[in-house]
Amino acid sequence: MDIHLDGISHSYGTTEVLRDISLEVQSGQIVCLVGPSGCGKSTLLRFLGGLERPDRGRVLQVGAPPEGCLNPLTYIFQDFALLPWRSVRGNISLVLEDHGIRGAEAEEIIADVLARTRLTDFADALPKQLSGGMKQRVAIARALAVRPAVMLMDEPLSSLDSQTRELLMDDLIALWSRQPFTAVYVTHNLAEAVRLGHKIVVLSRRPGQVRDVVSIAKPLAERGYGDADLEATQKHLWSMMRDEARAADQELINV
Amino acid sequence: MSDTPASEVRFRGGGFAPASRRWVGAGVFVVLILVMEWGTRAGWISALSLPRPSDVLVTFGELWQSGLLFKHLGPSLSRLFFGALIGVSVGISVGILIGLFSYIRSGMVPLVAAIFPIPKIALLPLFVIWFGIGEGSKYALIAFGTFTPTVVATYGAVDNVDRSLIRMGQSFGLSWFSIVRKIVLPGAMPGILSGLRISLAIAIILLVAAEMLGAQYGIGAYILEAGSLYDLERLFAGVVILSLLGVLMSAVIGMVERRLLSWRS
Ligand SMILES: Nc1ncnc2c1ncn2[C@@H]1O[C@H](COP(=O)(O)OP(=O)(O)OP(=O)(O)O)[C@@H](O)[C@H]1O
Ligand SMILES: [Mg+2]
Repeated sequence: MDIHLDGISHSYGTTEVLRDISLEVQSGQIVCLVGPSGCGKSTLLRFLGGLERPDRGRVLQVGAPPEGCLNPLTYIFQDFALLPWRSVRGNISLVLEDHGIRGAEAEEIIADVLARTRLTDFADALPKQLSGGMKQRVAIARALAVRPAVMLMDEPLSSLDSQTRELLMDDLIALWSRQPFTAVYVTHNLAEAVRLGHKIVVLSRRPGQVRDVVSIAKPLAERGYGDADLEATQKHLWSMMRDEARAADQELINV
Repeated sequence: MSDTPASEVRFRGGGFAPASRRWVGAGVFVVLILVMEWGTRAGWISALSLPRPSDVLVTFGELWQSGLLFKHLGPSLSRLFFGALIGVSVGISVGILIGLFSYIRSGMVPLVAAIFPIPKIALLPLFVIWFGIGEGSKYALIAFGTFTPTVVATYGAVDNVDRSLIRMGQSFGLSWFSIVRKIVLPGAMPGILSGLRISLAIAIILLVAAEMLGAQYGIGAYILEAGSLYDLERLFAGVVILSLLGVLMSAVIGMVERRLLSWRS
């Protein structure tokens, strides 16, 4: 299943946030969205998953979601959004219950996603007992449980320390390599973008417009920490973003 | 190390973290009662101004033995239970509706604000006319009195439920009903339970008020009778029962909180 954005524009009151965004997200690809703070990345992601409606333009699902997919467009949030009163297992079963999946069938799915995120031993732990990195892995496990066609990730690693972030990035790459998933990945961090993105979409400062789209052909599994060619791409991205970011920063002060 | 003078860094991070110390609460009661006993025995508290605690205990023992205690306590507890049950359950339901629906919120919040400050005891005659002098008016008074604080606590608690969790529920396609039951309700539970503490204390106050007006049996009736005879021992025996009831209720809520809210860090 592909996603097409067709001329998305949006304003909140008098602030124009997004202007004429058109994009394609192809099946099996990770598309990274980068851009200065406040340029509307999170807003765009909310449009993508149907949590909000844009003023103008359309979000199109092209083709049917794959067989067995429970929730085609599935989010992974920056703040994890785990229910603190449910155990790890309970948090995952939460999203299955509404699809009528209970009992042995649910147990099977839960065991599978916990194994894929290396959380099997923590099934009965409460969120308050987990570290930030583990919480985000639970959130990833929960997203995997509904077999999404497209994962919508809003700075999923931003609230983690840099070591945990590296580890989780490796986890994501391993997950993708085992079974390619489609994702739109919003980030501030250009290093993340060049490690995970097949396509990197650079947005301008507010009102957000597509400034450039950079494709990286190198397979995910071959990308590593500090690769020279990735660094070069990252530098190129940064040079594009620096002025935007600086200008955006000034604007925020003047608001 | 050279011989430049060294001094230990002064600790300044203490305090501001009250913890519960066992037995201190009980100790306060014991000291207070001992002082009263001592004062009334030694004579620097006149027998007219305070009853002797040991006499109150004796009166309490008589009340127990004569079987009158349960004759009074039984009806009181049932009034308290059913009155509070009605008030609290309607209050929680209305509170949740206010927390979820714009129209109900706009319609009900001013109404609740208007009802809240009315001393419910003042409405007792009205309830007697509506529900009769029997049990009905007593249930109604207690229910009405517990309803308003419960509503206010509940919709405040629903407002405070983490919106990002609700967003999460929506993004996973949970039904409206599932979101309310599995996200909103548990998320509002801490606020609802602390509102319940207040509501139940109010219920006890109103119970006594209702029983003072027209009841043959009940703690309130017992206290009223003792008061009109200036029988301080019996008056205090009744008051002690009410206090114990309050302590017991707060302990029960504490237990429920520990069970239901163990997920809080
Ligand atoms: N619900 C809303 N109501 C009004 N304004 C909003 C709302 N959501 C976002 N905005 C505004 O829209 C702009 C874009 O917000 P958005 O959160 O999409 O930016 P972002 O690119 O995700 O920023 P960041 O990098 O800081 O996460 C901001 O100026 C923000 O203040
Ligand atoms: Mg954002």
